[in-house]
Amino acid sequence: MINVLLARLRQGHRTIRFPTDKPNVPDRLRGRPVIDPAKCPPDCRVCADVCPTDAITLDSKGLRLDLGRCLFCTECVQACPQDAIRFTTDHRLATRAREDLVMGEGELKLAQALDEKAKRLFGHSLKLRQVSAGGCNACEADINVLSTVVFDLGRFGIQFVASPRHADGLLITGPVTRNMDFALRETYAAVPAPKLVIAVGACAIAGGPYIHQPEVRNGAASCLPVDLFIPGCPPHPLTILDGLLRLLGRIESRPA
Amino acid sequence: MARTGFAALHPGQAMPKAGLPLLPMPEFQRAIAAGVGRGLRVSALFGHCPAPGAPVELFAVLNDSARAILRGARSVLAADDFPSLTRECPQVHLFEREIAEQYGVTPRGHPWLKPVRFHASYRDLAPGSPAGADADAPAQALLPALEGQAAPGAGTHGAGPLIGVTDFYRVEGEEVHEVAVGPVHAGVIEPGHFRFQCHGEEVLHLEISLGYQHRGVERMLIGGPDKRGIPAIETLAGDTTIGHATAYCQALEALGEGRVPGRAEVLRGVALELERLANHTGDLGALAGDVGFLPTSSYCGRLRGDFLNLSALLCGSRFGRGLVRPGGVAFDVDDARRDQLLTRLAATYRDVQSAVNLLWESASVQARFEGTGRVQPEVALSLGLVGPAARACGIDYDVRSQFPSGIFRFAQVPISTWTTGDVFARAYVRWLEIQRSVLFIQEQMKALPEGPVRTAVGAARPDHVVVTLVEGWRGEICHVAVTDDSGRLARYKVVDPSFHNWMGLALALRNQQISDFPLCNKSFNLSYCGHDL
Repeated sequence: MINVLLARLRQGHRTIRFPTDKPNVPDRLRGRPVIDPAKCPPDCRVCADVCPTDAITLDSKGLRLDLGRCLFCTECVQACPQDAIRFTTDHRLATRAREDLVMGEGELKLAQALDEKAKRLFGHSLKLRQVSAGGCNACEADINVLSTVVFDLGRFGIQFVASPRHADGLLITGPVTRNMDFALRETYAAVPAPKLVIAVGACAIAGGPYIHQPEVRNGAASCLPVDLFIPGCPPHPLTILDGLLRLLGRIESRPA
Repeated sequence: MARTGFAALHPGQAMPKAGLPLLPMPEFQRAIAAGVGRGLRVSALFGHCPAPGAPVELFAVLNDSARAILRGARSVLAADDFPSLTRECPQVHLFEREIAEQYGVTPRGHPWLKPVRFHASYRDLAPGSPAGADADAPAQALLPALEGQAAPGAGTHGAGPLIGVTDFYRVEGEEVHEVAVGPVHAGVIEPGHFRFQCHGEEVLHLEISLGYQHRGVERMLIGGPDKRGIPAIETLAGDTTIGHATAYCQALEALGEGRVPGRAEVLRGVALELERLANHTGDLGALAGDVGFLPTSSYCGRLRGDFLNLSALLCGSRFGRGLVRPGGVAFDVDDARRDQLLTRLAATYRDVQSAVNLLWESASVQARFEGTGRVQPEVALSLGLVGPAARACGIDYDVRSQFPSGIFRFAQVPISTWTTGDVFARAYVRWLEIQRSVLFIQEQMKALPEGPVRTAVGAARPDHVVVTLVEGWRGEICHVAVTDDSGRLARYKVVDPSFHNWMGLALALRNQQISDFPLCNKSFNLSYCGHDL
């Protein structure tokens, strides 16, 4: 028993002061990318060619990067001869609309809070049912991490619950395999309205590495209305937490 | 080994496909049964259909870990059925079911022939063409039906049989009841379906039915290597990114005669051990949580993240995404980063010691761990269990020791075993391995060789075959790559350790209380997506 107490002293207090303090992220974190199409020589499409999920397109509007498809794998960065693409350590990536994830030169339009009525309903208590629909256990693992002492999700009134009947919404990972399609829809149907759907990770947004595989449905939006998109492969826990808190209006979005 | 007709194979060394003996089916099967009878294990047994309409070819890789050698051979199916070997050699039960499902052939007399992943047959599709491209066409039941049973395709959607619609093993009796759980579970975990046959609290039988995570990984890799290959490999079991990426890269390096610089070998090895540390630590915390011992549960939850952050220190990704690449690694470390890694590792390890030792000192934890979910060594051997689950039954097998590749050729990691085969043993083996992995990283990072971290790898040689083995944190990862006459991947087989071990969990539950299922399940902590591919 004394050792239990000694261990408690030794382990200390580990909860980070998020979002009040600037979080400590790895210096190599691949967060929000920055693209500089001015650097692109005409007809160069090296980055688009190496991208495993065709997240990069080059058209009359110039270079565009779809964060919903992006695996943050750095193949484009390594291939670009002009350093026109780089990843910053900015962990904030979540958006409310799918099209907001398609980046040009401008800033990313981060997620706006729910409307006042929904915020009154969910703002202080959001219960989520997580459904992995083909997720590889990386998104799932970094969602689980939110419930550890480091992030302490509970202090924001957010909690993962065991039954969809107790939930205010679904948090979905994975590309939605054909084999999970039915179970996912049934789980959604079991959540009482009004309800939210949050897509976490490249798979749940657009199919991820499995995009266009006949065995998958290219993400949650293919079968359910999605209220929040959190990109990454997998997203850093701070990216997920930032997205959830923005949705609830607990972190103010900058004006676009 | 001439008497069995199987050829010697060395992991990580490509050989011409023609060098792999082509045996008549009876001889092929006899050799597998005889080998397993002598203590060899089936690392892989899979089908391959080289061209639409062509006869199905079978490949077998037997693992003679005592002699540190693999044995391989192939055979061609003359007909759409073959006698099942499962009754004689239970280890092949799931391999035969997989072959049946993927290629629409029937292992005659298989005692439990039913879908593995519930998808349409790959047979008759040109290599690389999408399965179920005609997904909305009328459904076809392509898997041979269980004898005397309606085709499992009844009520299909799309191109495959409807997931979960199949017969389950049933125990009859007035007081017997059935408990069905999943695919959507209570926690934040992957989907799978569990059927318990119970008498009161006691579980008489557990059947595990998976396939919900099937994304078509193996089919996707056919026609490669291409740019979609590595992300698929890194996410086929996302908690084992480094393990599977290493096996894949070693295969491409063997086929393309690439050489990995020593510095990259060390960084791969370090990343593999960090992956093991994170997962083992997380598992010990979760085991503590499942017996209601919250101190270790909450400390290990945090410490697991600290190990993941060390992977992020190396490459920016907590799961090692983008680190291992053909020819080496994509990120180097300088002295400052190395020192930071070692300092943080030491601090994290001190906290892990403090957190984990509480488990062994707490009678309430030991009372729940000891004797729960026991797997007998002979059962583990006959099922061909791998990884900590096998080592917890006293089986001396660890790829890093018997089939070392990369840096493990120069730095031996002792095998950690225990003998009791219960939850305690599976937990304690993890703790032993945590200690060994920390030592390994410390030694290796202090002696990091100079030089580049990546070299170019040539194109894959045509008509070659290579087997690679990596000791992932769950156990033996086995990849087999077969190239066609133009050097493209004609077949890429992935055997995740979970493929061997799910049956071990089912048997560990026999005669246990159903309330012990979470504890037993976590003590194996198997991968759903690694099984479902």
